[in-house]
Amino acid sequence: MEKFFAEIVNLLAITAVWVFPFLRTKGRGITTLLVVTLQVILSAFVAFSVFSHGPIEFSYPGSWISGEISVKIDYLSAWFMLIMSFTFLTGTWYGFQYMKGYRDRSREIAFHAVALIFTYTSLIDICIVQNGFLLLVIWEIMALSSLVVVIFEHEKKETIKAGINYLIQSHICILLLTIGFMWVKIKTGSFDFAAITEYTASQPPSFGLGLFLIFFSGFAIKAGFVPFHTWLPLAHPAAPAHISGIMSGVIIKIGIYGIVRMLLLVKTDMITVGYFILAVSVITGIYGVMLAIVQHNLKKLLAYHSIENIGIIGIGLGIGALGSGYGNSVMMVCGYGGALLHTLNHSLFKSLLFFATGNIYQAIHSMNIEQMGGLIKKMPQSAFLFLIASLAICGLPPFNGFVSEFLIYSGLIKGVMATHYLSSLTILLALIGLVLIGGLALLCFTKAFGVVFLGHSRNKEQECHPDENAGRVVPMYAIAFFIILIGILPMLFMPVIMKQVSMFGFIADQSDVINRITGIITTTGWCSAGFAVLAIIIYYVSQKRISGKYSVTAPTWGCGYTGDASGMQYTASSYVRSYRKIAGSILKVNKHKSEATGLYPEKVVHITHPEDRIESGLIDKPLFLLRWLLNRFAFLQNGNIQAYILYGLIFIGFVLLIPFIAEQISDFFKLLIRI
Amino acid sequence: MVSLILILITSLFFMGVVVKTKSLCSGRKGPGLFQPMWDIFRLWKKSSVFSKETSFIFRISPIIYISSVLTAILMIPHGGIPGVISFDGDFVMFAYLLACGRFMAIISALDTGSSFEGMGASREALFSLFAEPAFFVLMGSLALFTGHTSFHDLFSTLHYEDNISYMLGALATFVFVMIAMIENSRMPVDDPKTHLELTMIHEVMILDNSGFNLGTILYTTNLKFAMYGAIISNFFIGALPLSVSIPLFFAVQFCFAVSAGIIESFMARFRMSHNPQFILILTSVSMLIFFGVLMVKGVFI
Repeated sequence: MEKFFAEIVNLLAITAVWVFPFLRTKGRGITTLLVVTLQVILSAFVAFSVFSHGPIEFSYPGSWISGEISVKIDYLSAWFMLIMSFTFLTGTWYGFQYMKGYRDRSREIAFHAVALIFTYTSLIDICIVQNGFLLLVIWEIMALSSLVVVIFEHEKKETIKAGINYLIQSHICILLLTIGFMWVKIKTGSFDFAAITEYTASQPPSFGLGLFLIFFSGFAIKAGFVPFHTWLPLAHPAAPAHISGIMSGVIIKIGIYGIVRMLLLVKTDMITVGYFILAVSVITGIYGVMLAIVQHNLKKLLAYHSIENIGIIGIGLGIGALGSGYGNSVMMVCGYGGALLHTLNHSLFKSLLFFATGNIYQAIHSMNIEQMGGLIKKMPQSAFLFLIASLAICGLPPFNGFVSEFLIYSGLIKGVMATHYLSSLTILLALIGLVLIGGLALLCFTKAFGVVFLGHSRNKEQECHPDENAGRVVPMYAIAFFIILIGILPMLFMPVIMKQVSMFGFIADQSDVINRITGIITTTGWCSAGFAVLAIIIYYVSQKRISGKYSVTAPTWGCGYTGDASGMQYTASSYVRSYRKIAGSILKVNKHKSEATGLYPEKVVHITHPEDRIESGLIDKPLFLLRWLLNRFAFLQNGNIQAYILYGLIFIGFVLLIPFIAEQISDFFKLLIRI
Repeated sequence: MVSLILILITSLFFMGVVVKTKSLCSGRKGPGLFQPMWDIFRLWKKSSVFSKETSFIFRISPIIYISSVLTAILMIPHGGIPGVISFDGDFVMFAYLLACGRFMAIISALDTGSSFEGMGASREALFSLFAEPAFFVLMGSLALFTGHTSFHDLFSTLHYEDNISYMLGALATFVFVMIAMIENSRMPVDDPKTHLELTMIHEVMILDNSGFNLGTILYTTNLKFAMYGAIISNFFIGALPLSVSIPLFFAVQFCFAVSAGIIESFMARFRMSHNPQFILILTSVSMLIFFGVLMVKGVFI
């Protein structure tokens, strides 16, 4: 059965495409659900069998270009397959309900559904394939099909803009990966992953480092490391809610998968690699959350938060790499373990947040935080689920985010206790970075939850049509269940994590360390459970005192003002005002403000537009200059077909002349040398 | 277990000592030591008024707040005797539990839809964000100093060998006192006596709480004070026998309470916009401790 896994999964996807034309819209939706669910069951089955019986390997003959294609499902592949499968399962079930609002757009939905199935299938394939050439082909399918799912609402200008941005950046990613794989292919003559290890092991470490950096940059674009993050905050708000959840939950994680895979394959100086990843990740984390706080668009806020969480995962990977470089098994186990667990955790709470946001969007048709407020009374279930996810994303016990962050913290503290003072100091700075990320995340999510759900509505004319039917919230409760399960019983997941960590080579006392860390994690789980139980007990004890005849309701204290004070409540902008002033030197927030002057003041406005400095400096400015330069040659594009034929002839003539010119130049140099 | 009982006892009179000190400093006789605790008991018996705007968040947040502090207290050791819970890296959990309580307190303030409470919530989130690195750098330095990563191992192996280590102990005590003042929203960061909502932090966040919940929040503040006092006392107790360490514990708590009272009597609150600078100084003091530790360890010349 496992032998035919790849065939069955891919055939299922292809069959779905052939069945689609013969179905109505609803039938297509059900087929999508069915196909994805079947594929998920299959992947989960295979992944579990890998974890219980060990890795599965088999190979296909392939063609003369690709060479023999070997397929290997090891612990790492199985782990990422499980993460993807769960988010796709909940995402597709949620999406089925979410798309009901667009029922009349039958053709687009069909295209969307096919692309969704293809995205999932290609992601699974990427996890298992061990051949560079095939990986590039599947990566391209994944990039294109995920583009199609993102631009569902293509009639909107910003959606198309975000889509094109995403398309270009995905292809820069593919370009970098191609360079990496071609390098190895030219040197060793093989596209197989094993050739990467062979090649880098036989060369000095600087070659391996160069190769790793190329692969890292490529995968970092997909994962959203700063400064390659710029497509993320554009694409997430443009996509439908279930796609945003899937994209933030798992599509960017395929970048993390690539980086982890390369850490396994490329043999080089792990200390340098560790410090490099650590530095990039700390910057990514802090920059992501700093920008997240000042966003007004809820989905954009969550997108910047994904960048932050990629930073946290990266810090874990960096610590793990440093651990294997220094031969410190605690750092290695905590770092890699924390990063891999956080990958799962982030996919859970981030998809839950996006699904809850989808509910809000379909109720009030706006994503502007400043227009929201008081939604907890209209959509209590979404509010409750959003709260759980917010607490989890801030890394607070008793939820899952805490467990993985705790592992990364343990690794960092172990690193601070290292022997050399320079490494101590560097890792201490990373520790401060992670602490700041945690604090800023708390500021960000108290803002998001508080302003969106609490208080009263900031827009009186707004109509709210909440829809919280069972089909919509059941997938969300399933995610919330796992968030709490990992928080309270993390030991269930530790053996699986530790199996993956053991793939990174074996250090003498590793099994001992693994047992000790599993023990500590188990204790944190019980501690979290104790905290939750204590809170529930106190709640029941206090319930007598705060309900029934002991409580009355009255308006909020208005400092003596008894009129309607709803316009005076704190807004999102005012909540982060003191932060914005402090962070002003790093962030760029464009402000437009008009003061109230005179006896009869005009309407007063205060508009802020947060800008991404890295985006404007690294992408917008160079593009602007390039366009300026190319515009100088605009006269060539005169729309005259005769002129275009002339250009073609000139070009062909020029190409034919190249060998001649080259020969002349070399002769000239030879002459010079002779003289 | 010892530390839990001691902290619970201290929490009964801690605020009384602070109030008494403040009264004596301003030339008044002042209320008895247990008066603040009686006030809390009175509040626990009273009925509550809830705002019409609020949701379940407002009702459960004081309860989560007190549970988070109680769970955190379980990790505090007493000299050589570990807390109820003790594991490597427990101080990370300690900090995150407190953060969980803070998260709930902040959103419960936003739940009222008031024009003032958001202000307090915003300041609380920002100031605690800046205080956090100081705590972690300090604990990281102590971990480097002793080679252990749990509260109990850390404090039980803390030896003062030379002059520098005494200085480190003094600085660490200072940082913990200041963190306690920030976490409990006391002077010089926040003024609990002020009567203007615009200048408050913690007080304005709990404006709409009443009855049982208000009592719970006030008692949690006492607990937090006693908890930080217990951490500070651990710098002095070491591995002394209980007959010496328990009186020493109360002496340290008493000194802490008196110094808190004196700070509040003779200092004015900082300007709000200067608070972040002040809090960030704590992180640099912690960095100083870190460099000191590197010097003691001899890895840093």
